[in-house]
Amino acid sequence: MRRRTISYSRYGFLFCLPFILAFLVFSLYPILYTVFIGFTDLKGVATKEFHVLDDPFENFKNLLFDNDLFRKSILNTALIWIINFIPQLGIALLLTAWFTNKRLNIRGQGGFKILFYMPNMITAGTIAVLFSSLFAYPMGPVNSLYQMLGWSDQPINFLLDKWTARGIVSFIQYWMWYGHTMLILIAGVMGISPSLYEAAEIDGANGWQQFTNITLPGIRTIILFILITSMIGGLQMFDIPFLFQNGGPDNATYTAAMFIYAQAFRGQYLYNRAAAASMILFVIAAILSAILFYLLRDRDAARIRREERRMRKEAAKAAKGGVVNV
Amino acid sequence: MYNTVKKTNTFALRLNRAFVYMFCVFLALLSIMPFWIMFVNATRSTPEIQAGLSLLPSSNLSRNLEVLVGKAFDPITGFMNSFIISAGTTICAIYFSSLTAYALVVYNWRFRQPLFTFIVLIMLIPVQASAIGFYQFMYQIGWTNSFLPLILPAIASPAIVFFMRQYLLGALNYEIVESARVDGSGEFATFNRIILPIMAPAVATQSIFVFVASWNNLFMPLILLTQKEKYTLPIMVNLLRGDIYKTEFGSIYLGLSLTALPLFVIYFLLSRYIIQGVALGSVKE
Repeated sequence: MRRRTISYSRYGFLFCLPFILAFLVFSLYPILYTVFIGFTDLKGVATKEFHVLDDPFENFKNLLFDNDLFRKSILNTALIWIINFIPQLGIALLLTAWFTNKRLNIRGQGGFKILFYMPNMITAGTIAVLFSSLFAYPMGPVNSLYQMLGWSDQPINFLLDKWTARGIVSFIQYWMWYGHTMLILIAGVMGISPSLYEAAEIDGANGWQQFTNITLPGIRTIILFILITSMIGGLQMFDIPFLFQNGGPDNATYTAAMFIYAQAFRGQYLYNRAAAASMILFVIAAILSAILFYLLRDRDAARIRREERRMRKEAAKAAKGGVVNV
Repeated sequence: MYNTVKKTNTFALRLNRAFVYMFCVFLALLSIMPFWIMFVNATRSTPEIQAGLSLLPSSNLSRNLEVLVGKAFDPITGFMNSFIISAGTTICAIYFSSLTAYALVVYNWRFRQPLFTFIVLIMLIPVQASAIGFYQFMYQIGWTNSFLPLILPAIASPAIVFFMRQYLLGALNYEIVESARVDGSGEFATFNRIILPIMAPAVATQSIFVFVASWNNLFMPLILLTQKEKYTLPIMVNLLRGDIYKTEFGSIYLGLSLTALPLFVIYFLLSRYIIQGVALGSVKE
């Protein structure tokens, strides 16, 4: 077929234009604006005029050095995330090992997968209020269960204890996400060449040896991916602690995202301080993402891409004029 | 000798398998029970709920509904608002992400690779990073209490673009584009009439995820929507925690059930595609 020498490349830009415009208006500008607000004295409802502070870093200094609540909220966020993530990854790995083990040949996997993933679909806020009702005092379903099983004679006020409250929030987080993590891990294991397992089988490797020597190295990047996305998701944890006990008891479940929300939209409406806190959170997320990209970088692919670009340039030079579409 | 080894092996295997099934059934029950109790308690009265646990429904549903709707909770309005926002978000996110992905795959233009790298980089930006500036911006142009700031930003959904691009790389045959050009089809028409139908499977699964994510979103609607008649269902959940329903446990459970019910319907109708979609969407790197 004779190729027509029409340049289609402008359509590439044209079709990306809505994305680029929406990003500039609804994402980039608000981010830059948030950065700016962090250096100003913007607070209070319907404030029209605001100025850069005499000491532009005042909000940041306050948060990092003088604000116990902010520090506590960061600590809580980290604690709740860690308590959720260790069992989440552990149980997801265990289930992955079982479900992909041919000798074990577990049946009904489809049904189990559907049930394990189910909590992930339901509104986090609904689940948070549901759990707060389940643990109600003096008479909630969990207290009823405790008395039925004879574990306790008196009703227990679970939600007064800091670590119990943190534990429940972590549990909800774990419970909503382990199915998701498991599905990703299983997909990763399915991507490993079956011939590796066959070879191991012939060499007499047992299930555990196969898991540690073939499966785990094979899904290394996927585990890293899960780790970082979960961390960044965890940094934004808001719905569950907010609707579970509104950060209580005694701010034990008060997270960084709740801090931002409460500073800006409750009490004194300290938009400037909330903006500074968002920036600190953003920097943490950016560092985590950078680590992810560094760890996941594919050296071979990057080399091939460079090579490709060089060849394309040469081809374009040779063709001179008419841009041939790929 | 060989036989005994094999026998102990099969015995160990059976034991192992029994343990695995028990563990899985336990986790399955853990997934079901909280929701089961929620739906059952939605039909029980406060004294019944306080008297103890039951796994069988009672007959107090209509009274619970009366109390629930009689106060602040308006499930129909909440449902409609959530639906408008989620549907709008889904259409914007899916259509424009497909278009962007198509531009990144088919056209060989100058900023193709830089734009793609950029999209990967911005994929993980947390909402809170822009929330304060976004709110102030919307406040200044009078868009608070409007659904537009919840829908239009979806036009730039980097994660969906990423997924759509992966799908197109595997599913698109360039000859189709070429022959459409020979037949005199414009580029935009080619995308709408030929490429979008090719992308239908990816469009379907991603639509489910975008819709559900938008439906469940609490942070941005909570910030932007302050008028009661604009509330989405997740914001209404917040009302159930307040003093208004203090001892009306049945009504609280019913309210929760109503917010979860549409999602259960979607999930059980489409679970197969959703499970596949999670696995597909994840094999990213």
